[in-house]
Amino acid sequence: MIAALLVSLIQVLIVLLGAPLLVGAMRQLRAVMEGRVGGGVLQPWRDLLKLLRKAPQRPEGTGAAFRLAPLLGVACCAVAAAAIPLISTRTGLDAAADLIAVVALLTLSTAALALAGLDTATAFGGMGASREMTITALAEPAILTAVFALAAKVGSTNLPAIVATTLGHGARLASPATLLAAVALGVVVLAETGRLPVDNPATHLELTMVHEAVVLEYSGPDLALIELGAAMRLTVLLGLWSSLFAPWGVATSAGPTRLLLALAVFAGKTLALGALIAAAEVFMAKLRLFRVPELLAGSFLLAVLAVTASFFLA
Amino acid sequence: MSVNLVGTALATSAGLSGMAAAAALCSPVRVRVPMVGVLSALLGAAGLVAGGAALAGHGFSVRMPDLLPLAGISLQVDALSGVFLAVTGAVIIAASVYGIGYAAGPARGRLAQALWPLFAFSLLLVPAAASVSTLLVAWELMAIGSVLLVVSGDPADGRVREAGVWYAVMTHLGLVTILIGLVWLSAAAHTETFAGLRLAAAGVSPAVRGGVFVLLLLGFGSKAGMAPLHAWLPRAHPEAPSPVSALMSAAMVNLGVYGLIRFGLDLLGGGSRWWWLATLVLGALSAVYGIVQAAVANDLKRLLAYSTVENLGLILVGVGAAGVFEDSGHPLLAAAALTAALLHTATHAGFKTLLFLTAGSVLHATGTRDLDELGGLRARMPVTTALFALGALGAAALPGGAGFPSEWLLLQSLIHGLAVPGIVVVVVLPVAVGAIALSAGLAVATFVKALGTGFLAKPRSAAAEHAHEVSGTMRAGMGVVAAACVALAVVPGATAPALMRATAAALRGPGTSLALGATRQLTALGSTLSPLLVVALTLGAVLLLRAGLTLVSGRKRRRAPVPLWDCGAPPLTARMEYTATSFAEPLQRVFDDVLAPESDIDVTPHAESAYLVERIAYSRAVPDRVEHRLYNPVLHTVRRAGRAARALADGSVHRYLGYGFGSVVLLLIVLAAAQ
Amino acid sequence: MLSLLRKIAATGRVAEPAPPPPEPAPPDLAGRVKALRGSAQVRCVDAGSCNGCEIEIGQAFGPVYDAERYGARIVASPRHADVLLVTGPVTRNMAEPLRRTYAATAEPRVVIAVGDCAIDCGEFAGGYGVEGAVGDVVPVDLSVPGCPPAPDQIVAALRRVTGR
Repeated sequence: MIAALLVSLIQVLIVLLGAPLLVGAMRQLRAVMEGRVGGGVLQPWRDLLKLLRKAPQRPEGTGAAFRLAPLLGVACCAVAAAAIPLISTRTGLDAAADLIAVVALLTLSTAALALAGLDTATAFGGMGASREMTITALAEPAILTAVFALAAKVGSTNLPAIVATTLGHGARLASPATLLAAVALGVVVLAETGRLPVDNPATHLELTMVHEAVVLEYSGPDLALIELGAAMRLTVLLGLWSSLFAPWGVATSAGPTRLLLALAVFAGKTLALGALIAAAEVFMAKLRLFRVPELLAGSFLLAVLAVTASFFLA
Repeated sequence: MSVNLVGTALATSAGLSGMAAAAALCSPVRVRVPMVGVLSALLGAAGLVAGGAALAGHGFSVRMPDLLPLAGISLQVDALSGVFLAVTGAVIIAASVYGIGYAAGPARGRLAQALWPLFAFSLLLVPAAASVSTLLVAWELMAIGSVLLVVSGDPADGRVREAGVWYAVMTHLGLVTILIGLVWLSAAAHTETFAGLRLAAAGVSPAVRGGVFVLLLLGFGSKAGMAPLHAWLPRAHPEAPSPVSALMSAAMVNLGVYGLIRFGLDLLGGGSRWWWLATLVLGALSAVYGIVQAAVANDLKRLLAYSTVENLGLILVGVGAAGVFEDSGHPLLAAAALTAALLHTATHAGFKTLLFLTAGSVLHATGTRDLDELGGLRARMPVTTALFALGALGAAALPGGAGFPSEWLLLQSLIHGLAVPGIVVVVVLPVAVGAIALSAGLAVATFVKALGTGFLAKPRSAAAEHAHEVSGTMRAGMGVVAAACVALAVVPGATAPALMRATAAALRGPGTSLALGATRQLTALGSTLSPLLVVALTLGAVLLLRAGLTLVSGRKRRRAPVPLWDCGAPPLTARMEYTATSFAEPLQRVFDDVLAPESDIDVTPHAESAYLVERIAYSRAVPDRVEHRLYNPVLHTVRRAGRAARALADGSVHRYLGYGFGSVVLLLIVLAAAQ
Repeated sequence: MLSLLRKIAATGRVAEPAPPPPEPAPPDLAGRVKALRGSAQVRCVDAGSCNGCEIEIGQAFGPVYDAERYGARIVASPRHADVLLVTGPVTRNMAEPLRRTYAATAEPRVVIAVGDCAIDCGEFAGGYGVEGAVGDVVPVDLSVPGCPPAPDQIVAALRRVTGR
């Protein structure tokens, strides 16, 4: 039990410390592809440490929702990181390691941030909140239906159980159902982490913003938490995706060497996925906001196909 | 001989309702409201005790043949009734205490106050009924009581009256279908007691049973707000006084579900698969339609009413799934689905009561339900805002909210549904999961809108600006139900033994023991969830982060107040805020084809030039499309037929005598032909 | 997509090699430079410029001069910013917005006046719509002279702030 809880703690720490590095690596890759030198992999950590030391501000008229959202954003991602079998299926938090619960936790942090955006009473805050919730509301059916496809085969939504079953039957990964679910969840991961083509994390133009518009009012330590939360969210979702569809390397037994290896494989997989996204973003432009629902509906359709395939091709 | 707890509690509640009604009629207005409130709360407590005792395994059965002519009254309480008694009792307690502070104007009158305990008691009587006649009497008492209470709020208001008419007509059409269905069933089975029906139902031909079920699905479904028969709900619930809305939305609509479970699963013994597929599909449809309408609603109470349509739809999905599983020989899955439906009945009752009571507080404090006119209540009504947030968390089915464990359980049962053979099931179940997921996602957006634009930010009207926190009794009423919500959200497993008993009573079988384990966590069909653990971990992480942050940024540094970033061009006014309408605009566009909103842009140019705009007015209305497309043509036809029939009645006595003669002759011919 | 990929491979790095680091920041700025830890989020404020300086700032953040490699990044809100790059003579209409932008930026903060107009109103000195130089409205920490200044000078000023 202690060892299992230790695994959870390691997962939280690796996500907490590694998430800004992942963002840094993605920015760096993009910079190199654009012919620039780039700020270096460590730049997000420099930004965070600086922001943490800046003077905390309280914009007039904001309340508890505004102050709580950054904390909740990081906290929800930390709990998700502890529960998802990122490096080992024995995480010690079995009763929280539920796929639906993890999705709901991440939605909770989105909702908290949207409320914070509305709480500022500025036009941009409300606009971002409205757009963010629209995207979340439409991403949810795709997520849960893809979950349905995966869970129906295993007979459980328990994440360690799903990962352990997949590890035991590697051939299942090549089934049409799993592949379709992987694509559906992949699209949703892009939408939920605010990447292109759904949202542009590097935009300076308020009218095209989704996530960035919500956080325009944050500064200093609060902003540091928001940026850390966003980076952790990306890491957790990429980790979740890789645990579901490429679970190789996730340890099923205890043992320090096995865990170290799993840690290295996890870092490698997450970096590879991040690199893939960063490279793809070089070739992509943002979709119009009202084209995003079509993308998400397409993802939902793929998820439904995955369920149907899992029945007919079982 | 030991005293039967259920019976004693039910008798007590009957006595209390009589006492409260008498007190309402006889006492002066100053004493009347508190007295009725306290007595009604005790009535609710008695109902809660009765339900609790029934859930703990105490049965109760009584027959009073002389109480009503012809059939008499017979009552029986089992664990299934117990769930609905307990839920209704708890809602009555909270709403009654709240009502003491809330009642104002016409709602303080003798009749309105006397009706409240009687309506409350009729809600307890319905699940306790043990014969068709008793059920119908209780059902009609409940209908009349609620119709009168809806219009008691402000009988002079045209919208209230219109809502009352819609509700009265639809609830009685529902009653008629239930009446026909039950009389048909009783005639075919030659008995009208539930015990007799349970035995005789198997002997009734499948065609009759199917016909009866369709009638009951329509009647009970319309009470449960099942689309497309929901039209009365978003009209009546918002217009009723808020404690009445709470009682209707959290307790009364459940009884439609009770009727379906009692007759469909229990007395008719499951029946055919198509019954339950129809229930499931209609439930999924209601869930999505309800929440899409809620997402674009501006009226806070209308939003909540549509959310009731959504949640009852989810419950119906659970009931339908239970029927499908039972039919295909998967009792464990059926038990899980039905348990999920019952748990969601309880959790929905909890958060919906809380939401309607807090919405009532807002209405009380500001005089408006229009989200576009609200805002900024956070600073003026902190308790109400916090409690609304708690309820919204539950309605959005997010961790920490009451709705989360029950929706989780519902999804668990559906995920295993592919074990059921049949092409229809394979198509229906994933689409049902998609519908639940879509409604869950939209519910998050809806309640972020309600909380964010209604309570946070800056006030958008003078009424919201001058709002004040509500009185102690109102806060007490909201507090009671908030505590129940928290309990259901973090330790839903505590209800497991009771719900298992209720499920066993409904599905009539052994082998329905569900491993809905210990109080700390929910375990169902190979998945485990501990909402307590999730909530505790998240809160722990938040506290740890706060402590860490203080350590890093230094204890002495306080947050410096700064003006909001206005892009350098002050002032930021409340007119620049996102309103509920603007918040929902993207969703409205996405669901344009479903909602068919009517928007109108009115541009007024200057007198001098058509190109200089003086004023632009934008208005948007999202009418209930089902009402427009389905009800209006029917109403139109009825009206035309009525007008045409006027020609038949021209006031001539000769003619009327002729009609009479003609009818008698026709009847005789028909009889002769039938012989 | 493939042609773009080939182009990326063929072009390689277009950023010029980093020039030697500029002299360290003046003593009154040194404390703040230390607190910023090699990271500077930049908010540009056009207080009334002819847009010549904006074009050069755009170049400074472009691939050739690549100010981002020294830890500077443009952001959309002064709340996120540490550095205000102010250009142009401050016009009467922009004086108050500039003050508000400065107030909205959390401590520690640095103001860089970019271009001759920002330093002493340049060509527009005494104009009826001109309130004054940037230094007359908010305290200026660093100046980048030139009309317009070359991108490498702007980058050099930013490097003095990030210390890299």
